[in-house]
Amino acid sequence: MTLDQLGQHEIAQVLGFAPGNEVLVAQLREIGFAETDEVELMHTGPFGAGPFCYRLNRTLIALRQAEAAHILVERSEAQK
Amino acid sequence: MTGLRLALVGAPNSGKSTLFNGLTGGRAKVANFPGVTVETRAGRFQTPEGRDVDLVDLPGIYGLNARSMDERVALSMMRGEVEGEAAPDGLIVLIDAANLRTHLHTVLQMRSLNVPMIVALNMIDLAERDGLKIDIAGLEQKLGVPVIPTCAPRKAGREGLLDRLDGEIRNWADRPRNPSDDLNLQTVQRDARKLAADVILEEPVMNRATRAIDGVVLHPVAGPFILAAILFFIFQAVFTWATPFMDLIEGGIGLLGVTLGTVLPEGWVHDLLVDGIIAGVGSVMVFLPQIVFLFIFILLLEASGYMARAAVMMDELMLRVGLNGRAFIPLLSSFACAIPGIMSARTIANERDRLTTILVAPLMTCSARLPVYTLIIAAFIPPTRVGFFNLQGLVMFGLYIIGVISAVVIAFVLKQTIVKGQTQSLILELPSYKLPNPQDFLLGLWMRVAAFLKRAGTIILGTSIVLWFLTSYPSSAGTLRESFAGQIGWVLQKFLAPIGFNLEIAIALVPGLAAREVAIGALGTVYAVQGGEENVMGLAETLQSAWSLPTALAFLAWYIFAPQCLATLATARRETNSWGWTAFMFGYLFALAYVAAGLTYHGTRLMGL
Repeated sequence: MTLDQLGQHEIAQVLGFAPGNEVLVAQLREIGFAETDEVELMHTGPFGAGPFCYRLNRTLIALRQAEAAHILVERSEAQK
Repeated sequence: MTGLRLALVGAPNSGKSTLFNGLTGGRAKVANFPGVTVETRAGRFQTPEGRDVDLVDLPGIYGLNARSMDERVALSMMRGEVEGEAAPDGLIVLIDAANLRTHLHTVLQMRSLNVPMIVALNMIDLAERDGLKIDIAGLEQKLGVPVIPTCAPRKAGREGLLDRLDGEIRNWADRPRNPSDDLNLQTVQRDARKLAADVILEEPVMNRATRAIDGVVLHPVAGPFILAAILFFIFQAVFTWATPFMDLIEGGIGLLGVTLGTVLPEGWVHDLLVDGIIAGVGSVMVFLPQIVFLFIFILLLEASGYMARAAVMMDELMLRVGLNGRAFIPLLSSFACAIPGIMSARTIANERDRLTTILVAPLMTCSARLPVYTLIIAAFIPPTRVGFFNLQGLVMFGLYIIGVISAVVIAFVLKQTIVKGQTQSLILELPSYKLPNPQDFLLGLWMRVAAFLKRAGTIILGTSIVLWFLTSYPSSAGTLRESFAGQIGWVLQKFLAPIGFNLEIAIALVPGLAAREVAIGALGTVYAVQGGEENVMGLAETLQSAWSLPTALAFLAWYIFAPQCLATLATARRETNSWGWTAFMFGYLFALAYVAAGLTYHGTRLMGL
């Protein structure tokens, strides 16, 4: 699944990035997204639309739905 | 000992400018959102052993790939590619200790440059308060470069860095420099995560206070209303809380004018001081309390960490317009002044988005327009209560809102027509909330107040004197029309008469190009010279009797769009690197101002006002 499919307060692990947009992937990597990182959907934008605020480890990062769809994740076994 | 050049590098919002100010006594702007610093800044300090160090503060970068203009500025300076600027002898790489796991790869990328470096694990106090435990000695050993915990705003928090600086610098000279080959980001990240796993001993979940506050202010339904409420509160506060202070200043200036008027003998010195300088500079000084209140709120918003949240909430709207949520921060800065707003558009990677943001930034009501709005509103809008609100405050809010809506519409039109281009992504790190540092806050406020006072003491004083001369002479002139200013203004007024502007307005608009509040000072002088001796009332009362309501409203409408001050145009020219776009910006705003003022004038007349 991709990051944008995550429900609110669901925790997942980053598996990698969808191929195709190398520029965007480099940008996502630079701000910190990396394989094995823990992510959690913390907040959605106004009235449930984007952008979405994700907790990446201890950092909070806002992405639009289109960017989140480039990040491949797997829902974690342990949910809070 | 020889001078040495060090550069501060690191992720955005990791505290580089705070450290820069702390070490050099500099006055770089600091705030709590990514992208505050968009240009380089140099300063100097001495190490404990007395070595002179030139310190360069750079915009934040996450890695070695530049996308936006501020990142290019940072990288080219770091690599010594800027003409006339030497490459730094060493780097101080800052990393926010609380985000060590996420940002450690930035340090590894910097290390690959093989330039001597020192890592400052900044904001260590906040990370430790959260319960984060880091094996700093282990990190230093594994990285192979010194790692020093710092707390940039405090002297004690910078001592550890200063203490080790001399010793490290001595070891630098004979190290070979050979940057390693192209890095693979994925590999660097893997190494960084492994390293992080080894040295982070305890890592609790995210900052609780930030989580709790965001639960409310980023709530999908409550969030936008809170944002609107905050902005509305600011406008009401600026309008009502500042009033007693303004009355005080106005009273003082009035007293000064009357006293000087009776003490001084009749003659041109008397007239110049009373009608020229006191009426001109004084009518602008009255607005100082409003400027102070406005900046108190802007600085608090910037320092708290809320700005980035506001940008996130506005992103959906920006996306529909065709802009980027990042554009919200430059646009919000433009409420203070369009110049820093236009500069901070550098953080927008997409050139077309950046250009569009620059073109619409002057539509945000800058603080220089606040005196113009306040004066006209105080004179022509009754302070009736409308429910909870004051009608004057509502009108003021309305003027700001019209500016914002126009910016949105124009950005949309521009993106559909002349600056077409695909929409850029939004990838924005949200900082933890922090209590504003009182010292930074007061310094920031003082710099704004000083800028206002400086304008009053230079441009406004100068134009007051020149205008006084032009309106008072030739001495044979019995009316304003016959004075030098009247003869010049007459030509302009022919063009402005269709939108309801009189000769006095036409004369005041010209110096208003220097800075917008100058127009108020100019009106003060023009009416004082005309009024002669019996003119002891405030400018607001004078305007009340001299202008019709449609003229006053048209004047307000004009100033929503009014072509920018010269300093803004110069900044736009530099940042767009194009006379064409600068002329376009001036032209479209001028046309909008003319049309809006005309529609307002004739519309309100038709309504019988």
